[in-house]
Amino acid sequence: MAADMRLPTIQKPVSLSVSAFDRKDLVVPGDVITSDTGFMRGHGTYVDDDKLTASVAGEVQRVDKLICVRPLKTRFNGEVGDVVVGRVTEVQQKRWKVETNSRLDSILLLSSVNLPGGELRRRSAEDELTMREYLQEGDLISAEVQSVFSDGALSMHTRSLKYGKLGQGVLVQLSPSLIKRQKTHFHNLPCGASIILGNNGFVWLYPTPEQQEEEAGGFYTNLEPVGLSDREVISRLRNCLLALAAHKVLLYDTSVLYCYESSVHHQVKDILKPEVMEEIVMLTQQKLLEQEG
Amino acid sequence: MVCGNMAGLELLSDQGYRLDGRKASELRKVQARMGVFAQADGSAYLEQGNTKALAVVYGPHEIRGSRSWIRHDRAVINCQYSMATFSTAERKRRPHGDRKSTEMSLHLKQTFEAAVMTQLYPRSQIDIYVKILQSDGGNYSVCVNAATLAVIDAGIPMRDYVCACSVGFVDETPLADLCYAEESGGVSSLALALLPRGGQIALLQMDARLHQDHLDALIEAAMTACKGVGKVLDEVVRLHLKEVSVLTGE
Repeated sequence: MAADMRLPTIQKPVSLSVSAFDRKDLVVPGDVITSDTGFMRGHGTYVDDDKLTASVAGEVQRVDKLICVRPLKTRFNGEVGDVVVGRVTEVQQKRWKVETNSRLDSILLLSSVNLPGGELRRRSAEDELTMREYLQEGDLISAEVQSVFSDGALSMHTRSLKYGKLGQGVLVQLSPSLIKRQKTHFHNLPCGASIILGNNGFVWLYPTPEQQEEEAGGFYTNLEPVGLSDREVISRLRNCLLALAAHKVLLYDTSVLYCYESSVHHQVKDILKPEVMEEIVMLTQQKLLEQEG
Repeated sequence: MVCGNMAGLELLSDQGYRLDGRKASELRKVQARMGVFAQADGSAYLEQGNTKALAVVYGPHEIRGSRSWIRHDRAVINCQYSMATFSTAERKRRPHGDRKSTEMSLHLKQTFEAAVMTQLYPRSQIDIYVKILQSDGGNYSVCVNAATLAVIDAGIPMRDYVCACSVGFVDETPLADLCYAEESGGVSSLALALLPRGGQIALLQMDARLHQDHLDALIEAAMTACKGVGKVLDEVVRLHLKEVSVLTGE
């Protein structure tokens, strides 16, 4: 089998426009933002000698009297209502610990999941003992953020049939800042696969289920072999996501779909080649601009 | 082998030049890049002369391993220093956790505990991994400088940059940023990590003999050198910031 090998190429420096050099709102740690004491200290800042100082590298954001610095890249800062995809790391008493790319592992309480047998079922001590039957270490789940604890840890729930354990599919881990916030983060794409765009940057690609399983409580996983055509579509979507992420394009159903459409002339494995990637992303951006009108 | 400044090897010529042609207070060329890995939270590559280091930061994340590490008021910083087998002239397998690298890891940890605002992330952990790819003296300082960039890239709050530099004392003159030939030449040297804006010292290390009268001059020279390094790091971070914000089109 022929492998595609290439020599390392020198990265082209990004051509910085004049406006980029004029930007005053970019700060680095230790930069004094203001020595005016009338402002409030937000995230990414600290007060030293009555001077408001930046503690991260990023752009300054001001809302009335509150000054924050938003870093270019951070871990996921969850908010109530966010859709997340995560991996169970620990089963504890009455709760699961879930890794969600957050600063601390998120918590899924036994009382905030739908167990088989309907919503109004009482939770007994037996349920506590059989928690591992529902979700065990390494399982992937989708959930919604229910509340945020004082230390920043997230509490999640899966009290809807759309959330729950994830079966067969592909997980793509990207930066949380690339996911566009939308009304819904669950999409059945017309190209034959479904996608969950977790706000935490974890994206789940899976074959579109034929009929909605009922009464499964979200713990049923279909282990039927997935057809070749579905797998191809999913692999193509995965590579498209990586291409979009490499060029820092915001991810939502339309951008993913346009990228998929632009990539159909290429083989799935070729999508990640830098020149193909560039071409596809350019086409996608063009389509997005046209659509915006 | 001829060693020591009293025996043959002239570390500072009469004209005031050093072995590699630098002036006494001149630094080596520093080149750096941030965000070299996609998977890590933060990463950086830094060259200082012929010493090259790669730093990677993960975190803040849930404490992995023993629960006894948990601090309820701040984050725990975990540093790991290692050298590549091919980093020195003599190829050598370097097992994990030998004395030298454990000591270095500890020093790095202390340095970053002084600069990172750990109290913002209770019950979590920040991992800093540094690897020396090529060693030509000043390993500690290069590691600190690379790790600073990686921490900034990860978006972890710091009071200020931490810049480090080693300084040696030869013929009543402080030499900034020693290379390997100078380091092994029996010079009494000192490594300093500094928060340049406030002038606070994060770590000061010296394990050689030096007359007390010279110490102040040496520390002064080290601070100047650290501030010089700080300027270079500042340029790197600002350029990176502009490049990324142009890409994201904001």
